[in-house]
Amino acid sequence: MNAPVPNKFIKGQTGEWEIVIGLEVHAQVLSKSKLFSGASTEFGAEPNAQVSFVDAGMPGMLPVINEKCVEQAVRTGLGLKAKINLSSIFDRKNYFYPDLPQGYQISQYKNPIVGEGEVFIDLKDGSSVRVGIERLHLEQDAGKSLHDQNPDSSYVDLNRSGIALMEIVTRPDMRSSEEAAAFLKKLRAIVRYLGTCDGNMDEGSMRADVNVSVRKPGAPLGTRCEIKNVNSMRFVALAVEYEARRQVEIIEGGGAIKQETRLFDSKLNETRSMRSKEEAHDYRYFPDPDLLPLELDVAWVAAIEKTLPELPDEKRARFVAAGLSPYDASVLTAERELADYYEDLAKGVDAKAAANWLNNEVLGRLNRDGLSIADVPVSAAANNAIVAMIAEGAISGKIAKDLLDIVWNEGGDPRALVESRGLRQVTDTGAIDAAIEAVIAANPAKVEEVKAKPKLAAWFVGQVMKQTGGKANPVAVNAALKKRLNLPEEG
Amino acid sequence: MSTAFTLAKARDALKARKISSKELTQSFIAAVEQGRPLNAFVTETPEKALAMAAASDARLAKGEGGALEGLPLAIKDLFCTKGVRTTAGSRILGNFVPPYESTVTQNLWNAGAVMLGKTNMDEFAMGSSNETSAHGPVFNPWRAKNSNANLVPGGSSGGSSCAVAADLCLAATGTDTGGSIRQPAAVTGTVGLKPTYGRCSRWGIVAFASSLDQAGPMTKTVRDAAILLGSMASVDAKDSTSMDVPVPDYEKLLEGGIKGLKVGIPKEYRMDGAPPEIAALWDKGADWLKAQGAEIVEVSLPHTKYALPTYYIVAPAECSSNLARYDGVRFGHRAKSARDITDLYEKSRAEGFGAEVQRRILIGTYVLSAGYYDAYYARAQKLRTLIARDFTEAYRKCDVLLTPATPGPAFAVGDKSDDPVAMYLNDVFTVTVNLAGLPGLAVPAGLTETGLPLGLQLIGKAFDEATVLRAGLAIEQAAGFAHKPANWWRAA
Amino acid sequence: MSVDKDTVRRIAKLARLAVPEENLAPMADALNGIFNWVEMLGEVNVEGVPAMTSVIAQKLKWRPDAVTDGGNADALMANAPEHEGTFFVVPKVVE
Ligand SMILES: [Mg+2]
Ligand SMILES: [Zn+2]
Repeated sequence: MNAPVPNKFIKGQTGEWEIVIGLEVHAQVLSKSKLFSGASTEFGAEPNAQVSFVDAGMPGMLPVINEKCVEQAVRTGLGLKAKINLSSIFDRKNYFYPDLPQGYQISQYKNPIVGEGEVFIDLKDGSSVRVGIERLHLEQDAGKSLHDQNPDSSYVDLNRSGIALMEIVTRPDMRSSEEAAAFLKKLRAIVRYLGTCDGNMDEGSMRADVNVSVRKPGAPLGTRCEIKNVNSMRFVALAVEYEARRQVEIIEGGGAIKQETRLFDSKLNETRSMRSKEEAHDYRYFPDPDLLPLELDVAWVAAIEKTLPELPDEKRARFVAAGLSPYDASVLTAERELADYYEDLAKGVDAKAAANWLNNEVLGRLNRDGLSIADVPVSAAANNAIVAMIAEGAISGKIAKDLLDIVWNEGGDPRALVESRGLRQVTDTGAIDAAIEAVIAANPAKVEEVKAKPKLAAWFVGQVMKQTGGKANPVAVNAALKKRLNLPEEG
Repeated sequence: MSTAFTLAKARDALKARKISSKELTQSFIAAVEQGRPLNAFVTETPEKALAMAAASDARLAKGEGGALEGLPLAIKDLFCTKGVRTTAGSRILGNFVPPYESTVTQNLWNAGAVMLGKTNMDEFAMGSSNETSAHGPVFNPWRAKNSNANLVPGGSSGGSSCAVAADLCLAATGTDTGGSIRQPAAVTGTVGLKPTYGRCSRWGIVAFASSLDQAGPMTKTVRDAAILLGSMASVDAKDSTSMDVPVPDYEKLLEGGIKGLKVGIPKEYRMDGAPPEIAALWDKGADWLKAQGAEIVEVSLPHTKYALPTYYIVAPAECSSNLARYDGVRFGHRAKSARDITDLYEKSRAEGFGAEVQRRILIGTYVLSAGYYDAYYARAQKLRTLIARDFTEAYRKCDVLLTPATPGPAFAVGDKSDDPVAMYLNDVFTVTVNLAGLPGLAVPAGLTETGLPLGLQLIGKAFDEATVLRAGLAIEQAAGFAHKPANWWRAA
Repeated sequence: MSVDKDTVRRIAKLARLAVPEENLAPMADALNGIFNWVEMLGEVNVEGVPAMTSVIAQKLKWRPDAVTDGGNADALMANAPEHEGTFFVVPKVVE
């Protein structure tokens, strides 16, 4: 467990409190069909349209495991640097609920497919925190009950019933709402890099059960509450904040925390006890007799390992080595699409210049337009050409921005546009000298001022640039101007 | 036309075009009607039978047809049959009409068989006398000498054993979780085979205890069992516990005799207090086999006495989970005017399940519940390992085991229904086989002094049904069991 | 171990079986009869014996990831005690 970090403590009336957070994340496996049936996993179908007789728990129906789901779990385990268990067992978790048609969930209890692993999270202050992964197991999702269609009834849709989930359980290693949200963000990045989960939290592809407790720094773990099914990173942070404050208030008021299941109400920004889950749980787990132990081949696991992509941490390290700041590297590796885009953009140009261009110009415009990297209208290759032209001195930084606007709005090849629209930077001294003469002739008073105060030379540079339509090379203008006005070198 | 055909004889007569499937099927439809006092069928499907017979006749006329072409069979009501009500002997399934066909029955229809209807059974296959059925008890066609008392046909496949014994069908399907094929076969003078676990697909069979359930044939002769198993068995991708072993030609493998076969006699099967008739029949069986060239060896299965209690933990545990899906939500019985969802569950299940099923659900829930799992379920599964090891050890010395099939003949309806443990003891000789996943065959071998059938059991190595059947054939031939029950039900 | 009325009540709740109050005691008796008989398993030394997870000597079969099923909503509703369109309907569940 991580050591207490004072600046993460929260203040109560009796002093400082440490928050202890563990997460159980349910990540939907990316697969065409369900874990134990051939029904589709596609989101948004008509009610019960994607339900096999197996998923509906019809009499005599039997589960047969989907190889892709096994592979995805192993791939995720490898991505979490975790131990892959070559033999694991599917158990039945028995309870009654209308959206649980078999009367049990097939899950893995004592012998999960993936054992201990780790994830490193990057915080805003540049620090990094290790979060231990306790296990990852495969299990079936439940269906969905809809409660607001009818005043007296609930409606049951089993489309989700039987979809494969990976339940990823962390150690209680997080100490702040920021860390909890950062963990979820990092985990999401990893599974998306791996292609094992789409990480779409709006569609419920990733949900977190958040375990929160508080304690005096250094004290033993306090009693925890589990906040169920929190479905965004922001809500995870808000739920932790609220729940920690609530627990501190109860303890400082002389009360004791009751271990319970709570839900996060995102409208009221508060957690609430779930009375329906109050009843003492006794899931009567036992190995599912319809399935045999799941045995994996060492060579099969090794073959999957060979196909793993470069993961965020490795990519980030490589970006830092290429000259990016750790912060920029984190931002650019958070999403695989963004990282890929960056790598294409940075080909053959300065890494830092490419990162700045992407951050300031491309992401800035996307932000302005409310778009994501997937919708970017200018290709990485086009941006690469623009950045290269700046480096070559073919265009100025100012022109480069205008050029990007043109390509952004109208499309076209940046190099061709530079020629056809005459955007090429003027380095011809004759033309620059002519422009300087024109500016001097028009502003005789200013000339005297500059000679007295050489710092005002910048004003002249600006005027000359204006005169040349921004195409003059500012370095050349500066040099010519200094020479013409006899200004000292360090001006 | 008489219905006293064996499956093999009827098949040969059909192939030779001496009879038609239509005539044969009509005779069986009439026999089923006349047999109603026995309560062997819960659903009769005469129209379907005639349509299937007509299709078979058309194929036979063209010289085509499968291994069971045109042969009328009865199906235990535990097999889901597409478009035909399937109740598992329970009220909770209501009028459930499956939109799918079990793999085993589909295999039979693919081989050309004709379905006469669905047979009665103990509710969810839990019972040894067919008295727990929601459709009422089945009566054994056999009655003791000079008695009109109704006897049980064994269970849980009591409707099937009765239908075969009374010539209401050529053969029937059964399922066996702790003896539910072999025990009813033994007490009705018929042949019952529980194949190796994984030999017949469980897909589409209403589950009782998944790790023990296995479908098998119930027939008039050992040859018929070989024929029927050949069509029931398959490798099924839809059942994860279906074993990838090709299905051999069991009928062909009946040939060759038993010379040199090593037959083990497990000494622990000599139970204190068992009727002397049983021990005498067992000795006779050993002598028959010896006379045909087999070698008799004594073997030990030291954990035998723990088999039944082990079974009564494992089976209820699995059943408590398997039967959770009967909740009144997607199919089956739903209680009226439930206050809320929990009330709906509790009432529907209390109304839908009979007393024995409720008792087993409670036992199973208890042994799996927090604090009891290790003492009961985990311990029972360890005992299962020991029981299976006993067999592995014994098979170092022999090829097949010979034991009694039941501790006694059929008993009177109502005799044991008050004492669950006494009822459970009916399976004392059969249940070990399920726990170890092995094949077991019950063959009629003689009559008691009171004129009731008794059977012997042959137990084989995993996937060695062929040897079991060959040894069974040897017993059958030596016993020359040609007795038939008096046809009292037609007059009834 | 002896099963009493409260135990029967508790497990009946877990099993979602309505057992009327007057049946709790007889059910406890019946269960005790069975559990007393099962007690004999306690005399076997099972130390080091692995619990059986399957009698089958076979690896778990895997199926390829393909959509081969579903699209049966009407067939699913055919046996439903109550449905609305292709939804199953149950009494209101309060979360
Ligand atoms: Mg959880
Ligand atoms: Zn879970």
